[in-house]
Amino acid sequence: MDLKFSEADVTFREEVINFLETEYPDDIKEKQDKRIPLEKDEIVRWQQILNKKGWFAINWPTEYTNHEELSVTQKYILQEELAKANTPTNIPFGVGMCAPVVYTFGTDEQKEKFLPSILNSEVWWCQGYSEPGSGSDLASLKTKAELKGDKYIVNGAKTWTTLAQHADWIFCLVRTETTDIKQEGISFLLIDMKTSGIEVKPIITIDGSHEVNMVYFDNVEVPAENLVGEQGQGWNIAKFLLAHERSGIAGIAALKRELTRLKDLSSDIPLGEGTLLEDVQFRNKIEETEIELTATEFTELRTLAAMSQGGSPGAESSILKIKGTELQQTISELFVEMLAYYAHPFYLENEIGSNETVGPDYAAPVMPHYLNYRKVTIYGGSNEIQRNVISKAILGL
Amino acid sequence: MDFTFNEEQTLIQDQVDQFVQKEYDWETRQSLSNSDLGFGEANWQKFAELGWLGISVSEESGGFGGSAIESMLIMEAFGKGLVVEPFLETMIMAGSLIDDHGSDEQKSSVLEPAISGEMHLALAYAEPQSRFNLSDVVTEAKAEGENYILSGYKSVVMNGPSANKIIISARTSGSQLDENGITLFIVDTDSNGLAKTNYKTVDGRRASDLTLENVSVSKDNIIGSLDSGFEILDSAIDKAILAISAEAVGAMEVLYKTTVEYTKTREQFGTSIGKFQVLQHRMVDMFMEYEQCKSLLYMATMKHEEGAPDAKKAISGLKYQVGKAGKFIGQQAVQLHGGMGVTDELNVGHYFKRLTTVGTIFGNTDYHLKKYTSL
Repeated sequence: MDLKFSEADVTFREEVINFLETEYPDDIKEKQDKRIPLEKDEIVRWQQILNKKGWFAINWPTEYTNHEELSVTQKYILQEELAKANTPTNIPFGVGMCAPVVYTFGTDEQKEKFLPSILNSEVWWCQGYSEPGSGSDLASLKTKAELKGDKYIVNGAKTWTTLAQHADWIFCLVRTETTDIKQEGISFLLIDMKTSGIEVKPIITIDGSHEVNMVYFDNVEVPAENLVGEQGQGWNIAKFLLAHERSGIAGIAALKRELTRLKDLSSDIPLGEGTLLEDVQFRNKIEETEIELTATEFTELRTLAAMSQGGSPGAESSILKIKGTELQQTISELFVEMLAYYAHPFYLENEIGSNETVGPDYAAPVMPHYLNYRKVTIYGGSNEIQRNVISKAILGL
Repeated sequence: MDFTFNEEQTLIQDQVDQFVQKEYDWETRQSLSNSDLGFGEANWQKFAELGWLGISVSEESGGFGGSAIESMLIMEAFGKGLVVEPFLETMIMAGSLIDDHGSDEQKSSVLEPAISGEMHLALAYAEPQSRFNLSDVVTEAKAEGENYILSGYKSVVMNGPSANKIIISARTSGSQLDENGITLFIVDTDSNGLAKTNYKTVDGRRASDLTLENVSVSKDNIIGSLDSGFEILDSAIDKAILAISAEAVGAMEVLYKTTVEYTKTREQFGTSIGKFQVLQHRMVDMFMEYEQCKSLLYMATMKHEEGAPDAKKAISGLKYQVGKAGKFIGQQAVQLHGGMGVTDELNVGHYFKRLTTVGTIFGNTDYHLKKYTSL
């Protein structure tokens, strides 16, 4: 039992740092450091740079990436250094969600068709899970897919579909049968967003941004070959996906960076004779958060270590989802607290980073981020659902 | 990074777990705790024979050269059974201190008999006014020829009643709050002028308050050098925090699991109360607090073992979390057991009581959050 990094790990860290120094584009870095939202092509460009180095699809089996597999420690180091450098977060819908389903449940044809374009970020995916009437009770979903000949005819509506406005494809949970047990009639279907009958309508969130959408399906024809796994197996795939790809779910490395930033910024804010950081009440909140963050970091490392010993990422990953998202919200809240009045001027995404904002130069994105991040305890299975999962799967209740 | 235990560590973990499961059922624990001695002398001899007492003591000092990880595993298993034998007091608080800083003579006359189970030890660091501040020392030691004359008062000395020798912090120079000027003395408990008031503590263990009136101690019984006892004491308390936190993690595990099992069998409104979501989510929170504590325990123990620069900060973070989680898990275990939770008969209340004292011993959450911030 030890926390030491081997010589190979130290070399690996240097390699990551060198890579970032030479390969992380200045224009993207500048936007990231100012917290200006990136355009799609900028995210694609960065993901392609990572992929070229073999550091994009780090959790895929190596047979699909042709890159060497990283150890748990190397993945930890990579994520830590990427976060420290404030590189863009990977968009997870293709690389982290659709791909694992395809390489685990898909046919050889599906693997060949979909995996390479996910790997090089050419094709963007979005996730069709929630519906207007099906949130936490996801299995009650009603979007219907009827098999007619060699096609499914899809009708219904999906909601909260993140980045659907940019997506080329959507992976969907659809109802292919009406069964007594609602979970058994669900299937996993891949749908080309350009198919006629699909309509995307923006939903504007409280931070004023357009991130999520409604996606309507009106007699959309989908080739039957786009079914993943067996018909009726969709719920099992969805559960697999929920437990899978938990590496980095808590976003620990980015949280460490943000907490450090919070300390740095608040140490420059005068308060009475001293600074905001020296204020006992504010400081205590920061330290309590840091201790919780460290605990979560090591809970994640323990989970990953167990996985690398052959364990499976079970319901334990729900702890990481709960703790990670709670921390994300707490830290976003502390930033707002730090700003006081200058959290109030309201700017839209495209105004952030412009010269027209008032207050400290880091102020404009703070409140939108806080508002936007109320989503994190709701999405990906709300934290209440995660507690249900732990209760059932670990506590046996 | 490696989160696995080596073969010897797994072996000792299994051995202590087996002991707790097979030889330390709740009735046994209660009868030992309620006995005059307050623990089982036969158990203590068994620990000595099995080599547990000296496991983390260095080989040069007559031990088996294990690390803080072995102590952690023993204490975690002891926490599961709420073991009252004073391993923490004799072997970690006092024993490790002599191991790290004692003279050869002190090691052979004090530490070796402790390892073989013949001698009990204690560490007297707290005073009525000191709360958790190790450098707040009023008890005085004045040089007189080859001896020092100790006068003062020491509070709530754990394992005081059984201790044959007690390590006492006393001021040899400087003023009340100075870190410099504190010296540690090994004092025979049958010395003239030393009076013990013995009592039972709320967690079923034993402690003493000590009155020292002109107690004469040879200067050979100084640990380390004159006036420099604070750092020695501080590092011994760090080890003790790691150990008591491991014990707390063991106790938390039993408490959350016992609560889960109870809610599966207790029926109200025609169903087991474990079916109620409000209770399920509470128990999930108990489970998560336990896991988070365990993560910090592993992290802080490894950092300490490796001499990491931020090891002390990690230890304060851990103690803060142990205090917070211990209180939450303890209180909620009682709450979910309903009236039974507040009875003396059920073990739950006793785990709660131990977690309550652990929350205070070596510094509570407020103290360690402040310390964490300052480091």
